[in-house]
Amino acid sequence: MKKERFDFKDYIRPRFFPHMWCPGCGHGIVLSSLLRAVHELGLEKNEIVITSGIGCSSRISGYVDFHSLHTIHGRALAFATGVKLSKPSLKAIVPMGDGDALAIGGNHFIHAARRNIDITAIVMNNRIYGMTGGQFSPLSGSGKKATTAPYLTIDREFDVVDLAKSAGATFVARSTVFHAVECKDLLKKAIAHKGFSVVEILTQCPTYYGRKNKEGDAIQMMEGYKNNTVKIGSKKLEENPNLIQRGIFVEKTDVPEYCEAYDRIIQTAMKGKA
Amino acid sequence: MNNQNNIKFVQGNEACVEGAIYAGLNFFAGYPITPSTEIAEHLASRLPQKGGKFIQMEDEIASMAAIIGASLTGNKVMTATSGPGFSLKQEALGYACMAEIPCVIANVQRGGPSTGNPTHVSQGDVNQARWGTHGDHAIIALTASNHQDVFNITVQAFNLAETYRTPVILLLDEVIGHMREKLVIPEPGELPVVERLRTSVKKGVDYHPYLPREDGRLPMSDFGGEHRYNVTGLFHDMWGFPSNDPKVVSELLRHLVDKIETNVNEIAMYKEYWLDDADYILISYGSSARSAIHMARNRRARGVKIGVLELQTLWPFPAEMVREKCAGAKAVIVVEMNMGQVVTQVKNAVDNPHTVFLANRVDGELISPSDIKTLLRMIQGKGV
Repeated sequence: MKKERFDFKDYIRPRFFPHMWCPGCGHGIVLSSLLRAVHELGLEKNEIVITSGIGCSSRISGYVDFHSLHTIHGRALAFATGVKLSKPSLKAIVPMGDGDALAIGGNHFIHAARRNIDITAIVMNNRIYGMTGGQFSPLSGSGKKATTAPYLTIDREFDVVDLAKSAGATFVARSTVFHAVECKDLLKKAIAHKGFSVVEILTQCPTYYGRKNKEGDAIQMMEGYKNNTVKIGSKKLEENPNLIQRGIFVEKTDVPEYCEAYDRIIQTAMKGKA
Repeated sequence: MNNQNNIKFVQGNEACVEGAIYAGLNFFAGYPITPSTEIAEHLASRLPQKGGKFIQMEDEIASMAAIIGASLTGNKVMTATSGPGFSLKQEALGYACMAEIPCVIANVQRGGPSTGNPTHVSQGDVNQARWGTHGDHAIIALTASNHQDVFNITVQAFNLAETYRTPVILLLDEVIGHMREKLVIPEPGELPVVERLRTSVKKGVDYHPYLPREDGRLPMSDFGGEHRYNVTGLFHDMWGFPSNDPKVVSELLRHLVDKIETNVNEIAMYKEYWLDDADYILISYGSSARSAIHMARNRRARGVKIGVLELQTLWPFPAEMVREKCAGAKAVIVVEMNMGQVVTQVKNAVDNPHTVFLANRVDGELISPSDIKTLLRMIQGKGV
């Protein structure tokens, strides 16, 4: 049920502001898209638990006026699994950075996907560890400069979409902070989806990634998202197959959701006891 | 009082499961590891029978994380593990200390370090239970030497977790975990069960999740309830907002330590045998206390004035109680299966530390009464 006009003040905790993100950081657009998605879905603030780990992206959990659980590095999905399974009526949203989600948290990521537990994982991919000052992440890719790669990275990167798909996520999408409306629409669908949903959002870190890799300031980096990405299946891919595709890659509704499957276990166990 | 159905012949791990169910456990997350696995196995069967939830997580860290999440939605929660798994849980355990999340962690001890001696007994994790996670903090750790006591301390672990809003560690060991022995399940109401203290603050009124009441307790509000607040592992103020204000940092750290250390006498559980006139006191806990009691009983029959102080609360260490009990003793022998972890605490506690000796065994075999007797005879100046 759609409510009144969106006012971000209805959804944030003023006490937490100003936020700690650098000027030009893309994370604020993710926050805004998320709040607009929640608003348009007509969700009650009391039915949402936002769980995060450690890093710039993880600070989102404090800024929003939901039940918020700011945990330890990489384990947000495991905490959220406990929240969701113990109280399935809650909506579980987990914003994570690329290092948080896929380096230290990689195991939890694939297992949450495999279980198809009804959690929305947002991977805010800025291809760098920002909070600790610019070390390469598993999403940086090779040939990049970082404080821990002064001679350029030799590590290859994960493709978040392919990884989520192979691990069994039943909703997988990608967007960028340049495409803020698309971002909001994909988040809406992901949150409404019954099962494990992953939305990768490319978001710029001009401070540590852009500067080191000569990708320019925030505006230039966002222009990059505009020019280097296309909608899934776009004709432009024929000319340039290296363009990054945006949109919904997986949307499956025929896989049992974990909490619902466990409810059937309870029914069986209770009958067995009687 | 007890009907036949309440009498069981079970492993210690199962006694722990029954105690947890009696205390109101309704969420368990775990990962298979010897010698604690039976706790997970039995709960996989028992919990859904009462509408509770069991989940086998992808690793030990995730199990610890999941129970914290489930505690916040208003559930009594537990995980179980052994040595290497207990090491892996330490960071999230510290989070539970910092965020004051009631939860119970059973560590059925095996030989370490590292993979160590997985199928054999040890009591090598006593200090890890106290200091395994980084930073200053306080912790509660309980142990027991027989299955009825395992049941009782498990119920008490949940009670203390709720009362003090803290993780409580059950330090069982391989012998206790796997040995079979009689267990009588108490009737409901026979043992006190402390329920979650929830806030009476009404909707729309500013709720301070981290502002202790006058009695020191922190009433909780379940996730999904009317009060939305922040839970974090950062130092935080009374609203749960992160803060590095020196006053906030200092006050929170002192609160975390004091809420437990100042209640050491309330938390202390122990049993004593023949202490009144004892010249020699054996201090022990867990499965090694069985050998200590056996040996003392035999020596008593031969006229030796010997008694046993069996510790059930290891942390916070009940130093004052230990000092008083040992005041009249000629010698104190600490019986444990490690290189001397509780003996250090006892030496710090008593008036005459040079009269404190260690009878230990660290080869994976249960310490025997004769192992202890050998040391006693040396102390008595008799030949071995």
